[in-house]
Amino acid sequence: MAGIIGKKIGMTSVFGADGKNIPCTVIEAGPCVVTQVKTEEKDGYSALQLAFDDRQEKRTPKPLLGHFKKAKTAPKVQMVEFSGYDQEYQLGDTITVELFNDDTWVDVAGITKGKGFQGVVKRHGFGGVGGQTHGQADQERAPGSVGGSSDPSRVFKGMRMAGRAGGNRVKVINLQIIKIMPDKNLLLLKGSVPGHKGSYLTIEK
Amino acid sequence: MDLMKEVEKEFGTDHQMPRFRAGDTITVHYKIKEGNKERIQNFQGVVIQRKGEGLSETFTVRKMSGSVGVERIFPVHSPNIAGVDVNKRGKVRKSKIFYLRGLTGKKAKAKIKERRV
Repeated sequence: MAGIIGKKIGMTSVFGADGKNIPCTVIEAGPCVVTQVKTEEKDGYSALQLAFDDRQEKRTPKPLLGHFKKAKTAPKVQMVEFSGYDQEYQLGDTITVELFNDDTWVDVAGITKGKGFQGVVKRHGFGGVGGQTHGQADQERAPGSVGGSSDPSRVFKGMRMAGRAGGNRVKVINLQIIKIMPDKNLLLLKGSVPGHKGSYLTIEK
Repeated sequence: MDLMKEVEKEFGTDHQMPRFRAGDTITVHYKIKEGNKERIQNFQGVVIQRKGEGLSETFTVRKMSGSVGVERIFPVHSPNIAGVDVNKRGKVRKSKIFYLRGLTGKKAKAKIKERRV
Protein backbone atom coordinates (compact mmCIF):
# COMPACT_ATOMS: atom_id res chain seq x y z
CA MET A 1 0.00 0.00 0.00
CA ALA A 2 0.90 3.67 -0.24
CA GLY A 3 3.38 4.73 2.38
CA ILE A 4 6.64 6.44 3.27
CA ILE A 5 9.91 5.65 5.02
CA GLY A 6 10.56 6.86 8.56
CA LYS A 7 12.97 6.70 11.44
CA LYS A 8 12.12 5.81 15.02
CA ILE A 9 12.97 8.70 17.35
CA GLY A 10 11.74 7.31 20.66
CA MET A 11 8.76 6.91 22.93
CA THR A 12 6.96 9.31 25.21
CA SER A 13 3.46 9.79 26.56
CA VAL A 14 0.98 12.56 25.92
CA PHE A 15 -2.37 13.46 27.42
CA GLY A 16 -5.45 13.13 25.23
CA ALA A 17 -8.46 15.43 25.17
CA ASP A 18 -10.20 13.33 27.85
CA GLY A 19 -7.21 13.65 30.17
CA LYS A 20 -6.02 10.09 29.61
CA ASN A 21 -2.33 9.31 29.29
CA ILE A 22 -1.50 7.85 25.86
CA PRO A 23 1.78 5.99 25.27
CA CYS A 24 3.25 7.26 21.99
CA THR A 25 6.03 6.54 19.54
CA VAL A 26 7.62 9.52 17.80
CA ILE A 27 8.63 8.85 14.20
CA GLU A 28 10.50 11.14 11.85
CA ALA A 29 8.52 10.33 8.70
CA GLY A 30 9.93 11.58 5.43
CA PRO A 31 10.33 13.69 3.41
CA CYS A 32 10.93 10.95 0.85
CA VAL A 33 12.10 11.52 -2.73
CA VAL A 34 10.80 9.49 -5.67
CA THR A 35 13.96 7.92 -7.13
CA GLN A 36 12.34 5.58 -9.63
CA VAL A 37 8.90 5.21 -11.18
CA LYS A 38 8.20 1.60 -12.15
CA THR A 39 5.56 1.11 -14.81
CA GLU A 40 3.52 -1.79 -16.16
CA GLU A 41 5.07 -1.50 -19.64
CA LYS A 42 8.67 -1.28 -18.55
CA ASP A 43 8.92 -3.32 -15.34
CA GLY A 44 5.81 -5.50 -15.43
CA TYR A 45 4.29 -3.84 -12.37
CA SER A 46 3.72 -0.31 -11.19
CA ALA A 47 5.39 1.04 -8.06
CA LEU A 48 7.32 3.99 -6.70
CA GLN A 49 10.81 3.72 -5.29
CA LEU A 50 11.22 6.17 -2.43
CA ALA A 51 14.46 7.24 -0.77
CA PHE A 52 14.93 8.74 2.69
CA ASP A 53 17.66 10.24 4.90
CA ASP A 54 20.70 12.02 3.40
CA ARG A 55 24.15 10.51 3.36
CA GLN A 56 27.54 11.83 2.31
CA GLU A 57 28.49 11.62 -1.34
CA LYS A 58 31.83 9.98 -0.53
CA ARG A 59 30.06 7.28 1.47
CA THR A 60 27.80 6.37 -1.47
CA PRO A 61 28.76 3.75 -4.07
CA LYS A 62 29.29 5.26 -7.54
CA PRO A 63 26.49 3.33 -9.27
CA LEU A 64 24.01 4.59 -6.66
CA LEU A 65 25.27 8.16 -7.13
CA GLY A 66 24.19 7.94 -10.75
CA HIS A 67 20.81 6.60 -9.68
CA PHE A 68 20.25 9.55 -7.35
CA LYS A 69 21.53 11.99 -9.98
CA LYS A 70 18.73 10.91 -12.31
CA ALA A 71 16.19 11.97 -9.70
CA LYS A 72 18.19 15.19 -9.11
CA THR A 73 18.48 14.57 -5.37
CA ALA A 74 21.18 14.20 -2.73
CA PRO A 75 22.32 10.62 -1.99
CA LYS A 76 20.07 8.80 0.48
CA VAL A 77 20.43 5.87 2.88
CA GLN A 78 17.18 3.95 2.59
CA MET A 79 15.28 2.98 -0.54
CA VAL A 80 11.93 1.17 -0.43
CA GLU A 81 9.26 0.44 -3.03
CA PHE A 82 5.64 1.34 -2.45
CA SER A 83 2.56 1.20 -4.65
CA GLY A 84 -1.10 2.14 -4.63
CA TYR A 85 -0.87 5.93 -4.33
CA ASP A 86 -3.95 8.00 -5.06
CA GLN A 87 -2.14 10.57 -7.16
CA GLU A 88 0.58 10.34 -9.80
CA TYR A 89 4.15 11.14 -8.87
CA GLN A 90 7.07 12.02 -11.14
CA LEU A 91 10.75 11.24 -10.75
CA GLY A 92 12.24 13.60 -8.16
CA ASP A 93 8.95 14.45 -6.45
CA THR A 94 8.84 14.68 -2.66
CA ILE A 95 6.32 12.83 -0.50
CA THR A 96 5.87 14.10 3.04
CA VAL A 97 4.05 12.90 6.13
CA GLU A 98 1.00 14.86 4.94
CA LEU A 99 0.21 11.75 2.92
CA PHE A 100 -1.57 10.45 6.06
CA ASN A 101 -3.65 13.58 6.65
CA ASP A 102 -6.95 11.77 6.07
CA ASP A 103 -6.05 8.57 7.89
CA THR A 104 -6.53 7.44 11.47
CA TRP A 105 -4.77 4.08 11.29
CA VAL A 106 -1.44 3.05 9.77
CA ASP A 107 0.70 -0.10 9.62
CA VAL A 108 4.36 0.09 10.58
CA ALA A 109 7.07 -2.44 9.70
CA GLY A 110 10.64 -2.56 10.98
CA ILE A 111 13.44 -4.80 12.15
CA THR A 112 13.04 -5.85 15.80
CA LYS A 113 15.84 -5.47 18.32
CA GLY A 114 18.34 -8.35 18.19
CA LYS A 115 18.24 -10.45 21.36
CA GLY A 116 21.22 -12.74 20.69
CA PHE A 117 21.20 -16.48 21.47
CA GLN A 118 18.12 -17.15 23.57
CA GLY A 119 16.47 -20.21 25.06
CA VAL A 120 13.06 -21.54 24.08
CA VAL A 121 11.21 -19.74 26.88
CA LYS A 122 12.12 -16.28 25.58
CA ARG A 123 12.40 -17.19 21.90
CA HIS A 124 9.23 -19.24 21.43
CA GLY A 125 7.25 -18.58 24.58
CA PHE A 126 7.57 -22.10 26.00
CA GLY A 127 6.51 -22.55 29.61
CA GLY A 128 9.53 -24.59 30.67
CA VAL A 129 9.18 -28.13 31.96
CA GLY A 130 8.20 -27.78 35.55
CA GLY A 131 8.73 -26.54 39.04
CA GLN A 132 11.67 -26.35 41.35
CA THR A 133 11.09 -29.53 43.33
CA HIS A 134 10.43 -33.26 42.73
CA GLY A 135 13.81 -33.70 41.06
CA GLN A 136 13.24 -31.27 38.20
CA ALA A 137 14.95 -28.20 39.55
CA ASP A 138 17.32 -28.15 36.56
CA GLN A 139 14.42 -28.27 34.08
CA GLU A 140 12.75 -24.94 34.79
CA ARG A 141 13.45 -23.32 31.40
CA ALA A 142 14.15 -26.52 29.47
CA PRO A 143 12.40 -27.31 26.15
CA GLY A 144 11.22 -30.79 27.22
CA SER A 145 10.93 -33.63 24.73
CA VAL A 146 11.81 -32.88 21.11
CA GLY A 147 10.28 -36.00 19.58
CA GLY A 148 9.47 -39.70 19.65
CA SER A 149 11.62 -42.80 20.11
CA SER A 150 12.69 -45.43 17.53
CA ASP A 151 9.83 -44.21 15.41
CA PRO A 152 10.64 -41.75 13.80
CA SER A 153 14.20 -42.01 15.13
CA ARG A 154 14.90 -38.42 14.28
CA VAL A 155 13.89 -34.90 15.24
CA PHE A 156 11.44 -33.31 12.84
CA LYS A 157 12.58 -30.34 10.80
CA GLY A 158 11.43 -27.00 12.10
CA MET A 159 11.35 -28.15 15.74
CA ARG A 160 11.46 -24.99 17.81
CA MET A 161 14.73 -24.81 19.73
CA ALA A 162 17.11 -22.28 21.27
CA GLY A 163 18.96 -19.91 18.93
CA ARG A 164 19.22 -16.37 17.65
CA ALA A 165 16.16 -14.35 18.59
CA GLY A 166 15.02 -10.94 17.40
CA GLY A 167 16.26 -9.09 14.35
CA ASN A 168 13.24 -10.13 12.27
CA ARG A 169 11.14 -7.87 10.10
CA VAL A 170 7.83 -7.41 11.89
CA LYS A 171 4.78 -5.44 10.85
CA VAL A 172 2.45 -3.94 13.44
CA ILE A 173 -0.94 -3.20 11.98
CA ASN A 174 -3.56 -0.60 12.90
CA LEU A 175 -1.63 1.89 14.96
CA GLN A 176 -3.64 4.97 15.74
CA ILE A 177 -2.33 8.33 14.55
CA ILE A 178 -2.26 10.73 17.50
CA LYS A 179 -0.77 13.71 15.68
CA ILE A 180 0.90 14.72 12.46
CA MET A 181 3.40 17.58 12.61
CA PRO A 182 4.16 18.39 8.95
CA ASP A 183 6.52 21.30 9.63
CA LYS A 184 8.85 19.00 11.60
CA ASN A 185 8.06 15.85 9.58
CA LEU A 186 6.95 14.11 12.76
CA LEU A 187 4.34 11.44 13.25
CA LEU A 188 2.98 10.41 16.64
CA LEU A 189 1.51 6.92 16.86
CA LYS A 190 -0.23 5.25 19.78
CA GLY A 191 1.72 2.27 21.09
CA SER A 192 5.09 0.83 20.20
CA VAL A 193 6.81 -0.05 16.91
CA PRO A 194 9.56 -2.61 16.21
CA GLY A 195 13.24 -1.73 16.42
CA HIS A 196 15.64 0.45 18.33
CA LYS A 197 15.85 4.24 18.29
CA GLY A 198 17.17 5.44 14.95
CA SER A 199 16.08 2.32 13.06
CA TYR A 200 14.28 2.68 9.76
CA LEU A 201 10.59 1.91 9.42
CA THR A 202 8.09 1.72 6.61
CA ILE A 203 4.76 3.35 7.37
CA GLU A 204 1.81 2.33 5.21
CA LYS A 205 -1.81 3.34 4.97
CA MET B 1 16.69 14.12 21.10
CA ASP B 2 16.01 17.44 19.44
CA LEU B 3 12.95 16.11 17.68
CA MET B 4 11.67 14.76 20.99
CA LYS B 5 11.83 18.32 22.33
CA GLU B 6 9.57 19.47 19.50
CA VAL B 7 6.94 17.00 20.62
CA GLU B 8 7.31 18.16 24.20
CA LYS B 9 6.81 21.76 23.09
CA GLU B 10 3.65 20.76 21.28
CA PHE B 11 2.10 18.76 24.10
CA GLY B 12 3.57 20.23 27.29
CA THR B 13 1.02 21.75 29.62
CA ASP B 14 1.10 25.46 30.14
CA HIS B 15 0.18 25.47 33.82
CA GLN B 16 2.86 27.10 35.89
CA MET B 17 4.09 24.73 38.55
CA PRO B 18 6.37 26.03 41.31
CA ARG B 19 9.77 24.41 41.68
CA PHE B 20 9.82 21.67 44.25
CA ARG B 21 11.87 18.58 44.98
CA ALA B 22 12.07 15.64 47.33
CA GLY B 23 11.56 16.65 50.94
CA ASP B 24 9.20 19.53 50.21
CA THR B 25 5.68 19.48 51.59
CA ILE B 26 3.18 20.38 48.88
CA THR B 27 -0.54 20.49 48.24
CA VAL B 28 -1.73 19.16 44.90
CA HIS B 29 -5.09 20.42 43.66
CA TYR B 30 -6.41 17.59 41.55
CA LYS B 31 -9.48 17.76 39.32
CA ILE B 32 -11.89 14.88 39.79
CA LYS B 33 -14.83 14.16 37.50
CA GLU B 34 -17.99 12.73 39.05
CA GLY B 35 -20.52 12.20 36.31
CA ASN B 36 -20.78 15.58 34.69
CA LYS B 37 -19.57 17.55 37.67
CA GLU B 38 -15.99 18.45 38.24
CA ARG B 39 -14.54 19.20 41.62
CA ILE B 40 -11.09 19.77 43.03
CA GLN B 41 -9.53 17.48 45.59
CA ASN B 42 -6.50 18.47 47.63
CA PHE B 43 -3.71 16.07 48.46
CA GLN B 44 -1.14 17.31 50.92
CA GLY B 45 2.05 15.47 51.74
CA VAL B 46 5.80 15.16 51.36
CA VAL B 47 7.34 14.73 47.92
CA ILE B 48 9.44 11.57 48.12
CA GLN B 49 10.65 11.42 44.54
CA ARG B 50 10.59 12.97 41.09
CA LYS B 51 10.98 10.46 38.31
CA GLY B 52 11.33 10.43 34.54
CA GLU B 53 11.88 13.26 32.14
CA GLY B 54 10.06 15.25 29.54
CA LEU B 55 6.35 14.62 29.11
CA SER B 56 6.34 11.45 31.18
CA GLU B 57 7.85 12.99 34.32
CA THR B 58 6.03 12.15 37.56
CA PHE B 59 6.31 12.95 41.24
CA THR B 60 5.23 10.92 44.25
CA VAL B 61 3.56 12.49 47.28
CA ARG B 62 3.31 10.64 50.60
CA LYS B 63 1.00 11.51 53.44
CA MET B 64 -0.12 9.83 56.64
CA SER B 65 -3.83 9.19 56.65
CA GLY B 66 -4.39 8.38 60.29
CA SER B 67 -1.79 5.72 60.91
CA VAL B 68 -1.71 4.47 57.33
CA GLY B 69 0.75 5.86 54.82
CA VAL B 70 -0.77 6.86 51.47
CA GLU B 71 1.33 7.52 48.39
CA ARG B 72 0.07 9.01 45.20
CA ILE B 73 1.87 9.43 41.89
CA PHE B 74 1.05 12.48 39.75
CA PRO B 75 2.25 13.08 36.18
CA VAL B 76 3.79 16.55 36.02
CA HIS B 77 2.06 17.38 32.74
CA SER B 78 -1.34 15.99 33.66
CA PRO B 79 -4.16 18.31 32.57
CA ASN B 80 -6.03 17.21 35.72
CA ILE B 81 -3.67 19.08 38.02
CA ALA B 82 -5.27 22.42 38.76
CA GLY B 83 -2.32 23.70 40.73
CA VAL B 84 0.43 22.95 43.23
CA ASP B 85 1.24 24.90 46.41
CA VAL B 86 4.53 24.49 48.18
CA ASN B 87 3.86 24.59 51.92
CA LYS B 88 7.33 23.84 53.29
CA ARG B 89 10.79 23.51 51.87
CA GLY B 90 12.46 20.39 53.23
CA LYS B 91 16.15 19.83 53.70
CA VAL B 92 17.10 16.33 52.64
CA ARG B 93 20.33 14.84 51.38
CA LYS B 94 18.90 12.42 48.83
CA SER B 95 16.71 12.91 45.77
CA LYS B 96 14.63 9.82 46.58
CA ILE B 97 13.70 9.72 50.23
CA PHE B 98 12.14 6.28 50.50
CA TYR B 99 13.60 5.90 53.99
CA LEU B 100 10.65 8.02 55.11
CA ARG B 101 8.45 4.97 54.70
CA GLY B 102 10.11 3.21 57.60
CA LEU B 103 9.87 6.18 59.93
CA THR B 104 6.97 7.34 62.06
CA GLY B 105 6.12 10.35 64.16
CA LYS B 106 8.60 13.15 64.51
CA LYS B 107 11.33 11.29 62.70
CA ALA B 108 9.22 11.16 59.55
CA LYS B 109 9.46 14.90 59.11
CA ALA B 110 11.97 16.37 56.74
CA LYS B 111 13.87 19.26 58.26
CA ILE B 112 12.84 22.67 57.08
CA LYS B 113 15.41 24.47 55.08
CA GLU B 114 15.90 28.13 55.79
CA ARG B 115 16.42 29.53 52.35
CA ARG B 116 16.59 28.11 48.89
CA VAL B 117 16.01 29.78 45.56
